[in-house]
Amino acid sequence: MRVMAQMGMVMNLDKCIGCHTCSVTCKQAWTNRAGTEYVWFNNVETRPGQGYPRRYEDQETWRGGWELGKRGNLKLKAGGRVQKLLGIFASPVLPKLADYYEPWTYDYQTLINAPLGDDFPVARPKSLITGENTKITWSANWDDNLGGASEMGELDPIVAKLNSSVRRESEEKVKFEFEKTFMFYLPRICEHCLNPSCMASCPSGAIYKREEDGIVLVDQDRCRGWRQCITGCPYKKIYFNHKSGKAEKCTFCYPRIEVGLPTVCSETCVGRLRYLGLFLYDADRVTEAAATPDEKDLYEAQLDLILDPNDPQVKAAAKANGIPDDWMDAARRSPVYALAKTYRVALPLHPEYRTMPMVWYVPPLSPIVDVLSNQGHDAESRETLFGAIDALRIPVDYLAELFTAGDTDVITGVLQKLAAMRAYMRDVSLGRDGDPSIPESVGMSEETLYEMYRLMAIAKYSDRYVIPTAHVERAHELEEIGCSLDFDEGPGMYESGPFGEASGKPAPVAVETFNALKRRQTSDTAMTSDSSGELQGRVNLLNWDGNGAPPGLFPSGKGQRS
Amino acid sequence: MDDFLWGVLPYLCIASLVGGTVWRYRYDKFGWTTRSSQLYESRLLRIGSPLFHFGILLVFFGHVGGLVIPESWTEAVGVSEGLYHFNALLFGGLAGVCTLVGILILVYRRRTTGPVFMATTKNDKLMYVLLVAAIVLGLWTTLVSVGAGSEAHNYRETVSPWFRSVFFFSPDVASMAAAPIQFHIHALVGMALFALWPFTRLVHAFTAPLHYLFRPYVVYRSRDKAGASGSRSGRPGWSGVGTTDRDRQR
Ligand code: HEM
Ligand code: SF4
Ligand code: SF4
Repeated sequence: MRVMAQMGMVMNLDKCIGCHTCSVTCKQAWTNRAGTEYVWFNNVETRPGQGYPRRYEDQETWRGGWELGKRGNLKLKAGGRVQKLLGIFASPVLPKLADYYEPWTYDYQTLINAPLGDDFPVARPKSLITGENTKITWSANWDDNLGGASEMGELDPIVAKLNSSVRRESEEKVKFEFEKTFMFYLPRICEHCLNPSCMASCPSGAIYKREEDGIVLVDQDRCRGWRQCITGCPYKKIYFNHKSGKAEKCTFCYPRIEVGLPTVCSETCVGRLRYLGLFLYDADRVTEAAATPDEKDLYEAQLDLILDPNDPQVKAAAKANGIPDDWMDAARRSPVYALAKTYRVALPLHPEYRTMPMVWYVPPLSPIVDVLSNQGHDAESRETLFGAIDALRIPVDYLAELFTAGDTDVITGVLQKLAAMRAYMRDVSLGRDGDPSIPESVGMSEETLYEMYRLMAIAKYSDRYVIPTAHVERAHELEEIGCSLDFDEGPGMYESGPFGEASGKPAPVAVETFNALKRRQTSDTAMTSDSSGELQGRVNLLNWDGNGAPPGLFPSGKGQRS
Repeated sequence: MDDFLWGVLPYLCIASLVGGTVWRYRYDKFGWTTRSSQLYESRLLRIGSPLFHFGILLVFFGHVGGLVIPESWTEAVGVSEGLYHFNALLFGGLAGVCTLVGILILVYRRRTTGPVFMATTKNDKLMYVLLVAAIVLGLWTTLVSVGAGSEAHNYRETVSPWFRSVFFFSPDVASMAAAPIQFHIHALVGMALFALWPFTRLVHAFTAPLHYLFRPYVVYRSRDKAGASGSRSGRPGWSGVGTTDRDRQR
C-alpha cells in the first residue's frame, strides 16, 4: 500500500444557481491573457446541453480517456505510444476553435468616436483571433438554461444516447417541451484525476501530478506544444494557448491551496456548494482499479481506492510514506471524504472514462422536485419523493449516464438519501420529532443523517474547506517541539487557556511574539509604560524594543510580580 | 574566398547552432514550442504537415547517409556507385518532392488562413524563405544529376569529404571548391538555415519526444524538489532560502 494524499472537491449540484460567478472569477484570476481568451478552466454547463467544448462527451469522436484493450489492459483511447508519435505532425483529433467558440470583443470606440449622424452608433463585435468584424454564433454557454434546446437538445451526447437506445423505443424520451423538460447546472473544472489520460498522452512528460497533494499541472518550460494532451483529456479540460503555443489547465489554484485558502471558484461560489478537502488513496492500486472490466463497477472501484484515515494500517502506511500529521488530521476532518465515502452521496463525473476523476458531484434532486412541485405535489414528503424517484425515469437515467456509467441503482440510492434528508429535516425544523423510520429506510442512523444535513446545508467556511497548508508542520516543530499554529483559533489561543491564564499548554513563543508585536504596532503607548500584562509575567527579550526594562526581567521593588 | 566559405563559415555556423541552442535552452524554455496552429485550421494541416515532416525526416537521413558514410564503406558492402546513385536519386527525389509539396501546402495555408497568417511572425517568414530555398536547391542538385545521367557529378567525392573534414577541424576546402555551383549554393543556404535554427521555431525538432516510448504513463513530481519548474536549481556554494522541511523529513 502506497498512501498518497489528493486534494479533492465535491460540488453539491442541488445548490448551483448557474450564476457563472465561479467561471468569471476564475477567468479573471487565471485566463484573462492573450491566447487564453477562449479558455475556461471553470465553466458551468446547463444539462441537458452540449457542454463546452461542444459535445466533448462524445468520445467516439474525440477519443479522450482510456479504454480496455483486448486482454483487458488499459490503453489510451486515442492510441498507443507509437501511434501517437506517428500522428504527432497533425493531431488526428483535436477540437478546432470553432468547437469552442471564436472569442470576441466589441469595438467600443465607435460609441464615442462616431461622427454625428441620424443613426445611433453601435459597437460591432470584433474577433479576438483575427481582429476582423465577426458574427457571434456560439460561446462557452450559448445553450445556457436550455437556450435553443428544442432544436439542439438532441445534440447533447447523453440525450442522443438515451433517445436512441433500443430499449427506449416504446418508452419515453428526453423531451424539450417546456412543461416536460428538466435541467440543472454542471460546473466543471479539471478533475485532477488519479489516472490522468492527459498526462499519459503528453509526449514530453511535461504534465505531472504533485506527490504531495495530487494537483495535476503542466510544466510550462517542458511543454513543447505537441498538443496530444488536449485529445487525451476526455473532459477537454486542457486548453491550448494559441499565443504561447503551450497547453494550460486548471491549477486547482495551487498557490492558494498551499497556504490554506480555497480555490477561487470555491471561495466565490454564490451557492456555497463546493467542498474542498483531502482524500487518501492507494497509489499502487490505481491502474488496477481503472482497468475494472465492467464500466458500472468503476464507481465502486474508485471508492475502494479511497482509504479510511482512521484505519490504523492506513495511518502507519501514511506515516511511512511521509504524510505529515496535520495532513492526516485534515484527512480525518475532510468534508469530501465524508460526502464521497462516509455518506456515499458524491459521485465521480463519467467514471467510464477510467481516469479516476477527483472532483465529485452530489447529483441534484431538483429535476425531480421541480416536476413534483410543477404538478402541485408536496415535494418534501418522503412518499411523494421516493415515488417520484422511481417513476421519473428520464432524469434518473440522465444522471446515471453522467455519474455512474448508466447504473441507475446507485443514482436512485443517492437521490433517496437526499430525499430522506429533506423529509426528515422538515419535521425537525417544524419543531416536530424526527421520524426515525425515514433515515432507516435509506440505511442511515438519525445521527448520520443529521450530520450529513449539517455538512450539506449549513456547514461553515472552515467545515467546507479543510485545507492543510503546505507542510508547515515541520517548520513549527523546529521552533517549538510539538506545537503548531493550526490548533483551534490559531494565534488567538494566547488570550486564555481553557481553565484560565497559564492553564493548558504554554503559548508558543511564535504566538507570543506575534501578539506582542501586533500590540506594539497597534497601541499608542510604549511597550513598557504599563503593559505588565503583555507578556503574562514572562520575559521575552525578542520583544524588547530597548525602551526601559522589559517587564518581568527584574523583580519589582515592592515585592510584587509585575 | 573559398577558404572563407568552406573553411571559416562552417565554424561560424556551428558556433551559432550550438551556442544558440544552449542559450535558447537555458533562457527561453518557455518559447521552446512548435507553436502549433492546428487550433485555427486543421484540414490543410493534416495533409501538409505529415507530408512535409515525413519527407524532411527522410531527407535528413538521406543526408546523413550521403555525407557521413564514406563511399569506401558502401562499396565495401558491395553497393556500387551506380546503384547507390540510382537509389539516392529515386528515394531522395521522392522524399524531396513530398517535402516540397508539403511545405508549399503549409505556406499556402499560412498565407490564406486569416488566423494562421496573423500568428505568423517575421521570424517565421525568414525561416520559411530559407527552408523553401534549401529544399528547392536540394531538389535542383538532384534534377541536374538526373539530367546528366551517368556523367552526374559524384558529390560523395567532393562535398562529403569536405563535410566530414569540417568535424575533424581540418576543412578540406579544395574538394568542396571543386563541386559544381548548385552544390555550393545549396550548402550555403543550408548553413544559413542551421545558423538561424536555434532562433526560430525549428528548435522543436531538437526535442523530438522519443523518450515518450519509454517513460511511465503517470508522472509524479514533488512540489519541493529543487529543479522543479519555476524554481532555480541549486548552485554549489549557495543554500536556498526558506524551509526545506519536507526533504528533511524523508
Ligand atoms: C523530428 C521531430 C519533429 C516533430 C515531432 C515535429 C513536430 C511538429 C509539430 C507538432 C508541428 C506543429 C504543427 C501544427 O500543429 O501547426 C510542427 C510544425 C513545424 N515543423 Fe516540425 N517536427 C519535427 C521536425 C521538424 C524538422 C526537422 C523541421 C524542418 C527542418 C520541421 C519544421 C517544421 C515547420 C516549418 C513547422 C511549421 C508548420 C506550419 O504550421 O506551417 N519540423 N512540427
Ligand atoms: S480532467 Fe484534468 S487531470 Fe483529468 S485528464 Fe483531464 S486535464 Fe488531465
Ligand atoms: S458560483 Fe457556485 S452557484 Fe454560481 S454557477 Fe458557480 S458553482 Fe454554481
